[in-house]
Amino acid sequence: MSVTTLSSQALAQRQPSWLVRLFDYKPFLIVMCLAPAIGLLAVFLTYPLGLGIWLAFTDTTIGRRGVFVGFENFQYLLTDPLWWNAVFYSVVYTGIATFGKFALGFWLALLLNNHFPFKSILRAIILLPWIVPTVLSALAFWWIYDPQFSIISYLLVDVLHWRSTNVDFLGSAWPARFSLIAANIWRGIPFVAISLLAGLQTISPSLYEAAMLDGASAWQRFRYITFPMMMPILAIVMTFSIIFTFTDFQLVYAITRGGPVNSTHLLATLAFQRGIAGGELGEGAAIAVSMIPFLIFATLFSYFGLARRKWQQGESND
Amino acid sequence: MAWDSGLRRLMMIYLPLGCFVLILLFPFYWMAITSFKPNAELLNYKEHNPFWISSPTIAHIKHLLFDTSYPRWLWTTMTVAIGSTTLSLIASTLAAYAIERLRFRGSPYVGLGIYLAYLVPPSILFIPLATVIVQFGLFDSPLALILVYPTFLVPFCTWLLIGYFKSIPYELEECALVDGATRLQILRRITLPLAVPGLISAGIFSFTLSWNEFIYALAFIQSGANKTVPVAILTELVTGDVYQWGALMAGSLLGSLPVAVFYSLFVDYYVSSLTGAVKE
Repeated sequence: MSVTTLSSQALAQRQPSWLVRLFDYKPFLIVMCLAPAIGLLAVFLTYPLGLGIWLAFTDTTIGRRGVFVGFENFQYLLTDPLWWNAVFYSVVYTGIATFGKFALGFWLALLLNNHFPFKSILRAIILLPWIVPTVLSALAFWWIYDPQFSIISYLLVDVLHWRSTNVDFLGSAWPARFSLIAANIWRGIPFVAISLLAGLQTISPSLYEAAMLDGASAWQRFRYITFPMMMPILAIVMTFSIIFTFTDFQLVYAITRGGPVNSTHLLATLAFQRGIAGGELGEGAAIAVSMIPFLIFATLFSYFGLARRKWQQGESND
Repeated sequence: MAWDSGLRRLMMIYLPLGCFVLILLFPFYWMAITSFKPNAELLNYKEHNPFWISSPTIAHIKHLLFDTSYPRWLWTTMTVAIGSTTLSLIASTLAAYAIERLRFRGSPYVGLGIYLAYLVPPSILFIPLATVIVQFGLFDSPLALILVYPTFLVPFCTWLLIGYFKSIPYELEECALVDGATRLQILRRITLPLAVPGLISAGIFSFTLSWNEFIYALAFIQSGANKTVPVAILTELVTGDVYQWGALMAGSLLGSLPVAVFYSLFVDYYVSSLTGAVKE
């Protein structure tokens, strides 16, 4: 409090200039405070978003202003097997990776919720895959998936003798697809685990004590206390995860660049290939815009599908 | 009984935890060990144990530092990360203060609007943004990245800081108002000093997120010298059919170190603000 008294004395001696008084005028101050954030977002987010939707309806290429062509780009995409392939893989990629991340991340969160020594150090090192730039860890995976010198092949062939030949991880469609999904799950586990751990710690221990007294088994405690109590937080984290997995770019671009034979293109990498590398801005924008309906659907599905449970339970559990 | 529960604990907790840690850290181990392996060992698993280095070498790191523009890339990445973090911190502190403290009609909606901006993924924006960047004459300039990164940093930081401002008792500001302090003085002398932990965690998040950013840097930067580390490694070091795994992994290791060091210095802020943000 002494700070405020001091400053008020200093104030009383000095006549505030018009500038100070202007900044003390609340509406002006509000506008000034919001201006940088809103300005940046308006110029570099809202305007490009609108422009992107407009570009999707034009035939713009790099270096040439396009004209409005209506739904032509989208009609073309519907006949393009590569676009369908990217839609298919984006959905498969998001579905399996999200399932894997949440199953393993939830398990890891439950493990970390126990008491044992060096807990905080463990938490810190577990977050590393999430901190380190995705492209750099993706390069490590690229090397791990090397056709000739893969360390996994070495383990399977030379150490465990489970196989007789090296696994060609990135050489054909389905192995490449699953290799990318595995890398994505690896990267996503820490974030899911730490977020869910935060949720687990908000559950009151008295609920478990009461259940123990009633003779509930470990599985029943998980099924009827932990799981329902975690629903709201699962809904939020999963919504985020689905959005960022569906629109992922880095992992695929770094490891396969959409190959072999375009089998691992996600919509984002296909949009990059056509829009920036290929120069067809209009078509690239249309591919990017075609992600929006999937995103809205996935968001609504995960958010309402999971959050619904919250009000179904009523208030008694809060 | 005690032995039994100890064994059970081992099987149910420590064993799976050990597997998780092993798998989550293995790629980093592999990255690190490859960086110091001579090429002969790198491609010969018959005579050398792949999990260990018999004769470590710093040739890959030397090659990286003296034969490529790697120091320049690191410098560019650092500049971009610090620039965009500073810009985002200023913008989001002011915005969070206005939304949470200068309450006005519609302030919750402005907050929600800024938050929703976080859900617009960069992979939808990069094509139109590239044309905007060209219009502004910023193509191939790191300044473009400094200006564009706040689009995903500001929503996140504003959201985090609103939570921090909420935790500072409003009475402190009221007392100062009664004492005749101007609102700017209150922000500078009372609210900001109290929000320092929040500013630190927002800063760490911004720094790591801009260090990691890839798609904008790939789309907006053309010339080799102006690239950021993640883009440069992938586009400049991957040449031809024979990959220089040693140099590639050394580049990844060196590029990961600044964030890892930065992160480990502030890990407690990081974990607590991450868990705090999710609880909100």
